[in-house]
Amino acid sequence: MFGRKRKSVEQDIATPVDISTKEVEGLSQGQLVRRRFFRHRGAVISMIILSAVIIFVFSALDEKLGPFKYHGWWKYKFTDQPDLSGAGCPNGILGCPTLHVIPSFLGGKHFGMGEHPFGQDDIGRDYFSLVMRGAQRSLLVMFIIGAVGGIIGTVIGAISGFYRGWIDAVLMRFTDFIITIPTIIIGSVVGYHFGNLGVTFLAFYLGLFAWTGLSRLVRGEFLTLREREFVDAARVAGAGDRRIIFKHILPNAMGVIIVSVTLIMSGAILLETALSYLGFGVVAPDVSLGLLISNYQDSFTTRPWLFWYPGLFIVMIALSVNFIGDGLRDAFDPRQRRRISRKERSANSKSGGN
Amino acid sequence: MIAYLGRRFSVLLVILFGSSFILYNLAAVSGDPLEGLRGSLDPKAKATMASLTRNLNLNVPPPARYFIWLKGIFGVFTGHINFGNTRTGEAVTTDLSHAIPTTIRLILMATVIAIVLGIAFGIVSALRQYSRFDYAMTFVAFLMYSLPIFWVAVLLKQYLAIGFNNFLEKPTIPLPVIIVSSLISGLFWGAVIGGERRKVQMIFASATLVTAAMTTFLSVTKWFGDPGLGPIMIFGLGVGIAFTVTFISTGLTNRPALKASLAMAVIGLALYYPNQWLFKKHSGTGLIILMAVATLLIAALVGRGFAKIDRRPVMRTSMITAFLIGILTFADRLMQNWIPYSSSDAINGRPVPTIGEANTLLDSGNYWFTTLDTVMHLLLPTIALTLISFAAYIRYSRGTLLEVLNQDYIRTARAKGLTERTVIMRHAFRNTLIPLTTIIVVDFASIIGGAIITERVFGWRGMGTLFNTAITSFDLNLLMGVFFVTSSLAVLANLAADLLYSALDPRIRVVGK
Repeated sequence: MFGRKRKSVEQDIATPVDISTKEVEGLSQGQLVRRRFFRHRGAVISMIILSAVIIFVFSALDEKLGPFKYHGWWKYKFTDQPDLSGAGCPNGILGCPTLHVIPSFLGGKHFGMGEHPFGQDDIGRDYFSLVMRGAQRSLLVMFIIGAVGGIIGTVIGAISGFYRGWIDAVLMRFTDFIITIPTIIIGSVVGYHFGNLGVTFLAFYLGLFAWTGLSRLVRGEFLTLREREFVDAARVAGAGDRRIIFKHILPNAMGVIIVSVTLIMSGAILLETALSYLGFGVVAPDVSLGLLISNYQDSFTTRPWLFWYPGLFIVMIALSVNFIGDGLRDAFDPRQRRRISRKERSANSKSGGN
Repeated sequence: MIAYLGRRFSVLLVILFGSSFILYNLAAVSGDPLEGLRGSLDPKAKATMASLTRNLNLNVPPPARYFIWLKGIFGVFTGHINFGNTRTGEAVTTDLSHAIPTTIRLILMATVIAIVLGIAFGIVSALRQYSRFDYAMTFVAFLMYSLPIFWVAVLLKQYLAIGFNNFLEKPTIPLPVIIVSSLISGLFWGAVIGGERRKVQMIFASATLVTAAMTTFLSVTKWFGDPGLGPIMIFGLGVGIAFTVTFISTGLTNRPALKASLAMAVIGLALYYPNQWLFKKHSGTGLIILMAVATLLIAALVGRGFAKIDRRPVMRTSMITAFLIGILTFADRLMQNWIPYSSSDAINGRPVPTIGEANTLLDSGNYWFTTLDTVMHLLLPTIALTLISFAAYIRYSRGTLLEVLNQDYIRTARAKGLTERTVIMRHAFRNTLIPLTTIIVVDFASIIGGAIITERVFGWRGMGTLFNTAITSFDLNLLMGVFFVTSSLAVLANLAADLLYSALDPRIRVVGK
């Protein structure tokens, strides 16, 4: 045993046992999680894609944040109505996309955005800026719902798991009440009446009902963690309830919280688009990806780009969030061990280890 | 047990009471049903407002009005359940009774297909963990999770429905399609069956060739223009089904089971013409149900006859085989009506509809026409719903099977020399079913919620339509009716899941001693 251990220091990889012991050698929890996360290739790629999409989308249009004004790099605003142009379009259709991604040396036209990369809609609005605006709104809704739902869920779950007794009973019955109402129903009721207050309010109100699953998980986590020795130790040392909750238990429950917040967010973006599609979400004159699809689904046969681009953005965002969530779940799961690839195993058996 | 059920039901009633109270007040506070009328200059508006206020008790504040509504619901104990009236004065109960069957019809098939496919792919994915197939399935599952159903629906309408209708005008499959689909099939089967490199290559080659031969055959004979199976094909497929089912269910070493299933294929062939005569003479849903029961009975008897000892697995195998062959026979009969159906005036050669739940122009006297029509109308929504929901099952079943495969009893089972099939199907798969059942039952209720969007996209008039009307016209009673049905189903599903769980897993007891 001892010899094997020494060998693992000398050799990079020796046996499966050593790989797993090497993994826990002198690393903090955060380092372990980070390492496991960065090993999940899908999650890392998705993280890059999502960050790129966020930067791309939010820098495209003019933005006003209080006194600060920011000029986007894209020439049109989503409210502009330039003339419909039919230049280079087949069959005399107006407003076709001018985006070319195949460069000329590969037989395409040329690489470039052109005047209207995603085309124009039926009244001439630049579709690229509409999609950018829609993606901004959808991302905003996603983050607000995630934040509001995450905070409420954590607080309710923490309180009811920590204090137990009648507080727990009341809070969990309340959670049961909310969880019984299907999301789409409660979303529609809320969305239809608060949609005209603006996207931020809509997302905030939707977030008020998005915390149920998370609070159950956090409660379960708190119920087990509060019985652990380190909590007793903290209490003996004179720590108050608040300190124990925030400093001792919550950091240990962070994995569960982060993972389910990403799940809330991936659900949120689909919820927002579905509500906007049904007409119970974001309303005109503002735009969202779901609303764009809903508005132009009938023009699919003649002008398919009005349908493709918002959909692609929804799929891209939701897919990356889902993959990131999967990566985080793997990273936080203590049972997850690094898998030993076939290559390593065969290299190992060749080198004589067992 | 009765005490347990009583306790559970009372908790369930409390939950339904609480959630309906919350939703009622939320909906009542957030909208004014008279809003459109208040600003109206129409002289009749005042009278309409007064009558609406009287009919819907709008002068009562919402929390108190809720109890008026609740009183109607409690009528369920006296046999007169009353969901109140809609704005137009109809009883919500009648609206619901029309809508519920439509929605159930919409989601039932999709759920069954999604469960079967999801579990199958999940299992294969878990058995080939970290293979390319596994990664591909993970990606597909996440992609399906991330697709908005209304977007998929439009794509399906365009490419599947309209594309297929266009294809039917000249039903020959173009060469590139044949080649690509054969290669895909080869890769798929190679990845599914797996094994040594040589074996995978063999499987790849044979699957590619078989698919290429089949698609070419379908193309040359213009099968899609005039589909049909006929007795020979049913027999051939039946033998295939017999082998597959026996392999999965009991293993090919169980000779009585194999013989019984093969006998079912033979019986299917022998009864082909008598069945046609029956179909022609008295067609109708009743006959089909009767024939299904008869098929299962015959299969049970045959299975019993072939088995010497241990009858149950043999009977099970022959019954599954018989059922599948029965479906083939039924499908064959539907296909025989394909040409008269698709060339009828109402269909006019474009049989895949993109919208609606039935073709109203069709002659409704012909059972086979109406069945075929229902099937065709179900096609697109079912595919869309299946695509969306089977992704979750892939993930669930993969995860649970991987967990089970790590258990000690699996190692024990392998160590005592059981075949891989027995280990997987009897020891691992059965234990995966326990957590899966819970998820499936609970999921079924949430699919009803998801059907709201699907109905909208495909223009079905079910619960989703009611729900839309309710929200846009502030029709509180209608909204509560829809809510009541969906959430009662949800809580009942939860209860059913708990009971099933304890029935499947003897370690769990719901009733304390």
